Amino acid sequence: MAHKRREMLIDPLVDNNPITLQVLGICSALAVTSSLQVAFVMSIAVTFVTAFSSMFISMIRNQIPGSIRIIVQMVVIASLVILVDQMLKAFAFEISKTLSVFVGLIITNCIVMGRAEAFAMKNSPVDSFIDGVGNGLGYGLILMLVGVIRELFGSGSLFGITILETVNNGGWYVPNGLLLLPPSAFFIIGLIIWAFRAWKTEQVEEREYKIQTVEAH
Amino acid sequence: MSDNENKTNEPQGFIRRFLAAPPDSVQKTVFVAVALCLVASMIVSAAAVSLRPLQEVNALKDKQVNILQVAGIYDPEKDVLESFAAFEPQVLELSTGMFTDQFDPATFDDRAAADDPATSVALSDDPAGIGRQGQFVTVYLLRDEAGAIDKVILPLHGYGLWSTLYGFIALEENGNDIFGLQFYEHAETPGLGAEVDNPRWKALWNGKKLADDAGDLQISVTKAVPAAGPEHHIDALAGATLTTVGVHNLVNFWMGETGYKLFLDNLKAGKV
Repeated sequence: MAHKRREMLIDPLVDNNPITLQVLGICSALAVTSSLQVAFVMSIAVTFVTAFSSMFISMIRNQIPGSIRIIVQMVVIASLVILVDQMLKAFAFEISKTLSVFVGLIITNCIVMGRAEAFAMKNSPVDSFIDGVGNGLGYGLILMLVGVIRELFGSGSLFGITILETVNNGGWYVPNGLLLLPPSAFFIIGLIIWAFRAWKTEQVEEREYKIQTVEAH
Repeated sequence: MSDNENKTNEPQGFIRRFLAAPPDSVQKTVFVAVALCLVASMIVSAAAVSLRPLQEVNALKDKQVNILQVAGIYDPEKDVLESFAAFEPQVLELSTGMFTDQFDPATFDDRAAADDPATSVALSDDPAGIGRQGQFVTVYLLRDEAGAIDKVILPLHGYGLWSTLYGFIALEENGNDIFGLQFYEHAETPGLGAEVDNPRWKALWNGKKLADDAGDLQISVTKAVPAAGPEHHIDALAGATLTTVGVHNLVNFWMGETGYKLFLDNLKAGKV
């Protein structure tokens, strides 16, 4: 059991990563990764919401009527997101201003809904909680990877601490402005997916078409 | 359900009978929906109410930081309240363009006053999209060592694309030269309209003039440089046409006849 749970936690980081394998949650991954600090807070927020929403949904899973189960899941998720939003406004006002609408948009993050529907509806609360943490961390891992590349080469800093002195501040580094714009995250996530699948070849999807030869008839 | 089947065929008591009922029955569907909404709303409102004092402190501090920034005297190293003491807050009566002693500036709430029929008027001509305009506003004065007014910081607000933008404009002592403009609260599109927060765009306001030599209001936030000349023009935000139009309208509204015109005339004449 302990072994299985550890796998549930580790598995979504690389082998079953929500962003690179399931290609979910891309929208917010584009929007909040231009600085590491924001990406970090977003990762924590999503992990919190995914873990607790999975746990609560799993606790009441035997009582949820099938006809309204998606709405029930949304209510649980939305309440948790509002909770996170209120907490950020109270304890991290500056960051909540930067994250603006993206905290609210965690509600529509496919990872949260996906885990609730695919895992929490069929598994025990503890397992669901661990699964939620794992998937949140898997999402966070990619966010941080993208964030490191974008902030380091886009603004020459990490977590706001200057690493490469930019020309504007009298240094030598000419920052790559493209990396601060959302499209650059597309390229970076694409490259990360490529790298992951080159490393773990079992992640490569099978072709949906078949090349037939004439002799095969 | 499988747990219940093992226990008894005839569950006793209301709750047991209820839990054993098939989840898809109508009663249960309604009950689950109502119960869940009740619990969720209680949790959310408890969080909102208990965290509000902290959030209000944060919002006030953020507003003060914005006033300091627009006046160009913000020092992140220094305590906000300490720096903020440099300002002299005054309640301004728009209809006379003079300061009033009717209210205490320390406790006066501009937004509450703008909703109160006794201290506000409904606007028929409303380019800024604000509905009601408060007749009393809190302004902040920055004086130099000799005690003369160095800068005035005036609040303004108006509708952009999605939200009302709340901000401050800092003017030099002549009541015509803009020192800076900055919004502290809005919900415009991140990356497009929210670029009103972009430091490079905010820097464009510095040194612009509200009115021309004849005293006509010429300030504009548009794509093309108007005939009045570049000293009255701030370049529009790319990709944020409606936010830009909103900013243009609200600045013109507040700097015009229904806004601070009287006060600025008084300021120029040295009457305040």
